[in-house]
Amino acid sequence: MRARLLTAAAAALALLLSGCGGDGGPDDGTIRLRFQSLAWQKESVDANKELVAEWNAANPGVQVEYVQGSWDSVHDQLLTSFEGGEAPDIIHDASDDLADFAYGGYLADLTGLLPDRLRADIPEQSWRTTAFGDGIYGVPFLQEPRVLIANRRILDASGVRVPTADRPWSWEEFRRVARRMTDHMGEGKYAVAWPLKEPVSATLNLGLSAGGRLFHRGGDGKVTIRFTGSDAVVPGTVRGQVDDGSASRSTLGMGGSDTLPGLFGGKYAMVPLGFSYRQQIVQQAPAGFEWTVLPAPAGSEGPEQGVSPQTLSIAEDSRHKREAARFIDFMLRPANMVRLALGDWMLPTGTEALKDPALHTPEAGWATGAALARELRPAPAQSVRGYPEWKDKVATPAYQEYYSGAIGAAELRRRLVEDGNRVLARYQR
Amino acid sequence: MTALRTGRAGRAAQYAALLCYLVFLAFPFLWLVSIAFKPAAELGSLHPTWIPEDPTLDNFRQAFDEQPLLRAAGNSLIAALAAALIAVTVATPMAYVMARRRSALTTAATGWVIVSQAFPFVLVIIPLFLVLKNLHLINTLAGLVAVYVTWSLPFALWMLVGYVRAVPRELEEAAAVDGAGRLRVLVSVTAPLLAPGLVATGLFAFITAWNEFFFALVLLKSAEKQTLPVVLTHFLGAEGVADLGPLAAAAFLATIPSLLVFAVIQKRITGGMLAGAVKS
Repeated sequence: MRARLLTAAAAALALLLSGCGGDGGPDDGTIRLRFQSLAWQKESVDANKELVAEWNAANPGVQVEYVQGSWDSVHDQLLTSFEGGEAPDIIHDASDDLADFAYGGYLADLTGLLPDRLRADIPEQSWRTTAFGDGIYGVPFLQEPRVLIANRRILDASGVRVPTADRPWSWEEFRRVARRMTDHMGEGKYAVAWPLKEPVSATLNLGLSAGGRLFHRGGDGKVTIRFTGSDAVVPGTVRGQVDDGSASRSTLGMGGSDTLPGLFGGKYAMVPLGFSYRQQIVQQAPAGFEWTVLPAPAGSEGPEQGVSPQTLSIAEDSRHKREAARFIDFMLRPANMVRLALGDWMLPTGTEALKDPALHTPEAGWATGAALARELRPAPAQSVRGYPEWKDKVATPAYQEYYSGAIGAAELRRRLVEDGNRVLARYQR
Repeated sequence: MTALRTGRAGRAAQYAALLCYLVFLAFPFLWLVSIAFKPAAELGSLHPTWIPEDPTLDNFRQAFDEQPLLRAAGNSLIAALAAALIAVTVATPMAYVMARRRSALTTAATGWVIVSQAFPFVLVIIPLFLVLKNLHLINTLAGLVAVYVTWSLPFALWMLVGYVRAVPRELEEAAAVDGAGRLRVLVSVTAPLLAPGLVATGLFAFITAWNEFFFALVLLKSAEKQTLPVVLTHFLGAEGVADLGPLAAAAFLATIPSLLVFAVIQKRITGGMLAGAVKS
């Protein structure tokens, strides 16, 4: 038995040794960059790999290696890589994940690295999502508004006014319409299904349309939380719809994908979802299912919404920042940005890319989304240090309990403000 | 004897409880299998069925088409087998000493083993990462195996100490009286009785490594070296959006090696346990 054990151990070690080996390439003068992409849908991965291949073919002196990353645990993975000095040169992430890395000195300031073309092509409100302190730490390139995915037949049959990007429903009209549609649909069916398993970003980002800010930065740069009447519009709408039966109570704990069977089956007429969910609908909807994309309701500020765009950054430790910036510039040329946007079912931030006819077709709601793009603003908590803790420990349970009816508006306000400010204060001493 | 007698109703209740428990345990796996064989349209059904109405292999085709599952499974297998083998090899003599030589040192070691199980991954990953970087073991399966062995060793040790203590010391003493040397005693008397424990411990280390995600995510950079749990996350998007069909198909395939390992050695575990438990 011992002989067999030793043989097996030797075999395993031999296999392991074959797996050993550094990842440094040959020293032939070629600059080698690693690009970690979080693309996950096949079309998106293909688009990224194709662009990397095109770059490599055109730039033999600067070769880029595509590294497949994962949205799951990306923050911890990057943090470990930064601490260990092994971070990829070019990093794909979301803008709301960048603040800690930027303030921690892990990301390069791109201010002097990016060409004027790219700086001018992306609107100022998008750059504000990646600007921390005096620097810019990522290039925002893809974003998505929240929209209402609606069952076309129920919508038409109910006789309500169909909103457009130019004339969306107001929040009050949305509540009236939802009640009317629910009455039309009959017992056990609901006009709206709010998938609010993760309620904070949905509530805050939609709240911008009603003037909700929640986070207010003072003259000393410190952020405090204030809960005004504007901040109460979206939570009040959701709670009101659940209470009057026009929104399903059971979907409050669901993720977006969980509500799709109900949408397909006619149990819900409308589901507020991110724009990219259209891909799932195209893939999963039963034959003959007619659907449409409606703009989210608008408030006193119009159809404004908060977003956290996807970004490309450069690691501070990268020895080839200029080449990395050139690669980012190539990836985000208008035509390439369109390819990335179509692959991800999202919208490009670049104004030139956004003009592409492929993004203005009525098919699959592209035109509605493209029309909303100019209304997208940085998410309210974009650069607030301590936001993740506030979100997890204070806001998520508070909103969940409020939506389910366990607590009232006063208690929601108290928790968000009092408990929340205590959390933020620790990060701003 | 009376304690072993159970009425017919009691036995039926026992079987019913057992059945409920088995169904409870099997539910996630059975549902995973069901999803893996459903076409996209059925995945979006408001009234899902256990048995796919129109079963398809499209999810499997898509999963293999989109991700290098076989290569990732190979990497996982190498890492898990090596980790299991090394953990058992290293833990066995340590466990023997801890079980047979009781002292303040072994008591302290046992306490440390228990405490070390409470360390969260994120606490150890950065120092571990730096150590492996200095050893040039980042982005290598060898580095990953070293982490897995380190991670599973305390529990393996703990398990094996229990198995060693279950081997009657009198058997070793009897062999010694008959003239067997210490090595002969260990090889001919202790090791066979310890076999089920070694298998169970190896199985634990294998499953731990096979399922591990975070260390593999952090340590392995290149696509050629990524393990199966990491590749499975490539079917997931931001905010938990999932390509459900291919994900279920790939996850179903990922469970098969574990099931096979269990199927092959479960008789060995139970048979060995019984052999070691009853002394004539």
